[in-house]
Amino acid sequence: MEHTHAATLHGHDAHDHDHAHHEHHQTFVQKYVFSQDHKVISRQFLITAVVMAVIAMMMSILFRLQLAWPGEKFAIFEILLGKKWGKDGILDPNAYLALVTIHGTIMVFFVLTGGLSGTFSNLLIPYQIGARDMASGFLNMLSYWFFFLSSVIMLSSLFIEDGPASGGWTVYPPLSALPEAIPGSKLGMTLWLTSMTLFVVSSLLGSLNYIVTVLNLRTKGMKMTRLPLTVWAFLITAILGVLSFPVLVSCVLLLIFDRSMGTSFYLSDIYIGGRPLEQVGGSPILFEHLFWFLGHPEVYIVILPAFGITSEIISTNARKPIFGYRAMVGSLIAIAFLSCIVWGHHMFMTGMNPFLGSVFVFTTLLIAIPSAVKAFNYLTTLWRGNIQYTPAMVFSIGLVSSFVTGGVTGIILADSTLDITIHDTYFVVGHFHIVMGVSAIFGMFAGVYHWFPKMFLRTMNKKLGYLHFWLTFIGAYGVFFPMHFLGLAGVPRRYYTNSNFPIFDNLVDMNVIITCSAILAAFAQMIFLINFFYSIFRGEKASQNPWRSNSLEWTTPMAHIHGNWPGALPEVHRWPYDYSKPGYEEDFVPQTVPLAPGEEDGGEH
Amino acid sequence: MILLYIVAFILLCIACNQLFKVFELSRDLRGEPLYKVTDSDNQFSGRTFLLFGIVFFGFFFWQLIEWGHKLLPKSASEHGEKIDALMNANWAIVITVFLVVNGLLFFFAWKYRGRKDHKASYISHNNKLEMIWTVIPAIALAFIIIFGLKYWNEIMKKGSDPNPVKIELYAKQFDWTARYAGKDNEFGIDNYLQISGANSVGLDTNDARCNDDILVKNEFHIPIGRDVEFQFRSRDVIHSALMPHFRAQMNCVPGQVTSFRFKPTITTVDMRKDPQVIRNIEEINALRAKRGDDPIEFDYLLLCNKVCGASHYNMQMKIVVESEADYNAWLAKQKTFKQVASK
Ligand code: HEM
Ligand SMILES: [Cu+2]
Ligand SMILES: [Cu+2]
Repeated sequence: MEHTHAATLHGHDAHDHDHAHHEHHQTFVQKYVFSQDHKVISRQFLITAVVMAVIAMMMSILFRLQLAWPGEKFAIFEILLGKKWGKDGILDPNAYLALVTIHGTIMVFFVLTGGLSGTFSNLLIPYQIGARDMASGFLNMLSYWFFFLSSVIMLSSLFIEDGPASGGWTVYPPLSALPEAIPGSKLGMTLWLTSMTLFVVSSLLGSLNYIVTVLNLRTKGMKMTRLPLTVWAFLITAILGVLSFPVLVSCVLLLIFDRSMGTSFYLSDIYIGGRPLEQVGGSPILFEHLFWFLGHPEVYIVILPAFGITSEIISTNARKPIFGYRAMVGSLIAIAFLSCIVWGHHMFMTGMNPFLGSVFVFTTLLIAIPSAVKAFNYLTTLWRGNIQYTPAMVFSIGLVSSFVTGGVTGIILADSTLDITIHDTYFVVGHFHIVMGVSAIFGMFAGVYHWFPKMFLRTMNKKLGYLHFWLTFIGAYGVFFPMHFLGLAGVPRRYYTNSNFPIFDNLVDMNVIITCSAILAAFAQMIFLINFFYSIFRGEKASQNPWRSNSLEWTTPMAHIHGNWPGALPEVHRWPYDYSKPGYEEDFVPQTVPLAPGEEDGGEH
Repeated sequence: MILLYIVAFILLCIACNQLFKVFELSRDLRGEPLYKVTDSDNQFSGRTFLLFGIVFFGFFFWQLIEWGHKLLPKSASEHGEKIDALMNANWAIVITVFLVVNGLLFFFAWKYRGRKDHKASYISHNNKLEMIWTVIPAIALAFIIIFGLKYWNEIMKKGSDPNPVKIELYAKQFDWTARYAGKDNEFGIDNYLQISGANSVGLDTNDARCNDDILVKNEFHIPIGRDVEFQFRSRDVIHSALMPHFRAQMNCVPGQVTSFRFKPTITTVDMRKDPQVIRNIEEINALRAKRGDDPIEFDYLLLCNKVCGASHYNMQMKIVVESEADYNAWLAKQKTFKQVASK
């Protein structure tokens, strides 16, 4: 695959001739399995993420059934979870915790990190900067296969005797360190830790590739200030990942030592299983610091690509330049920077020094400023637009709504004083699902609908897309809005049932509304899946530039060719957001159109 | 039987396939591609967004009205009143932002829905506007930060009462033990190596200060109007002591001692007379009667709020707030560590 490298780095023309040549020699395995082509790898990431998402969603339906109708018998528990965990249709408490844990882990890491960044960074970075492929196709391929391996290991943990990890997706020790504490801390935890380590390897290989590609392989004229916001978002996300994911590895590694080599990084003064442990001097709080040093940036690793995607889609479909391009880039950078110094807001109640807490309150609330700038800029982009409601566009507007709705409750949580009452309650579950889960998933859906023609050369059905969106939108708010009320009523998260506290008895109607909405939302995803898989094979064929967009990917032919452009790489003459520019007949001006004499680039002046 | 299912399934597949074929044929015959957005699509989506916005806000207010009384009752501790006041002030800001921004979003989504004969305005930035919406949130946040930190420092600093009631909450899988400091009002030190059936919280028997310490389970009492200084320990994994009615929470971390202090202001008996509490308890008992469960009375609770294993959902203890005289009488009836150990 040497030629890909050379072709992207230097002049392209000399190599174009052997491109066609090479393709004939690729076997099926080289082409579709161990492929080094960014387009194939992107699709591999997407399909894997879809499978993982379906699994995680089904888990959420299972534990939601339990929460709305505790003690009720559901045959489905025994059918899906077996005799041990769903005996006679009653869910086992350990199984509940296992489901919640794996649901969270899969959603955050496998769907919204691996799936979202993996799919769209791979697809769009080379396309939108005008490159033949990623800087290193080989590392890119490794990135996917590490991801695949880690997914397989994570799923395999569902089938072992003691069950998968079950101490929450944050796997705090000592719970996660001591097999006596919970069955999920036996083999299941070992598999979780192994899987996550491989996941980080995948993420690093991917991120380094994205960074190098964006910095080095931009086509002629593609200045940094002419990059689409998608690419900016992927670049910043990748940098954030490179800075924070390695910390997770060290965090996990020390836990592995504690678990199997008798060290005491996180353990001290523990008596369990009828005997005192020898380990003294460690601190579980150290784990929390290390974990959240990744964990908080992680939520932005999840959301920034979704921002990039929707910025592009909103501008395209409002037929207007994105409002405040520089402010959008600036706020991405500000959010990314600040996200690295706020991790302590997850730890206000650990007994840490209140002064340290104050510092984290300050830094956390600062993030609200660049976030507000983003929300306002989206609004002004819509203002006086001519909005074309493609399915991608409705999802993008959904993202703006959920990001605002979930963001404002973050302001409450970030205030350490208020966090005393709501920390670790359902309020938190409501908050992070809306601001991160729903928003990022909407961003992902928007991206799938919008770039489906580039991935599969066809389009998805529009009407089903609308139906999917509206049911999901209603379902999502129906699930997560009432959770705030549960939390404010004092209900802790990760409870197998609330029925052991009679004081919560009259909250059951909230839980029923939540579960019914969750079932509605899950049903809506079936519509998506049918539309998705049907359209891959038999969807309507797309034209080259179906959304009349400016960025470079739409200048590639409607075929998956090696090297993306059949001839020379396109040359870029303007920023990507010249929509409805006065003086032009059409309401879009692709980046490849040279500036007219006297015309200025980059918006109004 | 299974064969029948399989045949039915295959037939269904064939039928679907035919249906899709017809659909595809008609689709490909049309002049305009189906994926192109039409004015009526825009009309539909724009209107639905506006309608959704109205219904969504309706849902929000419905929840407030329907569920408002189910939230925690008024604070039963002194600092908790401050937390509630701050919470309400923050809610005022935050809900305004929520309504205004979502409102504008859904309104714009409708107002600027695309039409064939329209063209969008070419507007790419506006420094003044951007300045305004950076500065206004910054001011609102400054307010939130300043008051938040002021209260935080007041709540977390050591209290002024030189002689507070001292209670240790000791967590283990899956119950709580409360320890009172006894006559000397000093806790004896602990040593986890000494944990045993008789010495469940691992007091160091070499320390004479342990002898008068009092250990209780299932419920613990605190006097109204006195500073109560809690310290927290854990035997095995991280737990978290949540006392929602007092707006109090602190993690229990093995190998570490954490602390929190508050002053209860309402006795259990008085709280039972609070109208909001009465309403909730009535609702709860009505539901329980339907299921054939016994009615309950309101009680303050200590819950575990950090996942700690299979029975995390059932780690509870009752808290009783009463007059100082009642509290002293109750305490006098409890056995000291020495009395229990020597039995
Ligand atoms: C189908 C829609 C979903 C439903 C109904 C759902 C429901 C829930 C519920 C009820 C919990 C809390 C369980 C408990 O604390 O006892 C939970 C936990 C969680 N969910 Fe979801 N969720 C959904 C989608 C998502 C998405 C898209 C994400 C991506 C960010 C996500 C991430 C998480 C995480 C990180 C946790 C915490 C797990 C833990 O406590 O360790 N969920 N989910
Ligand atoms: Cu955070
Ligand atoms: Cu606990």
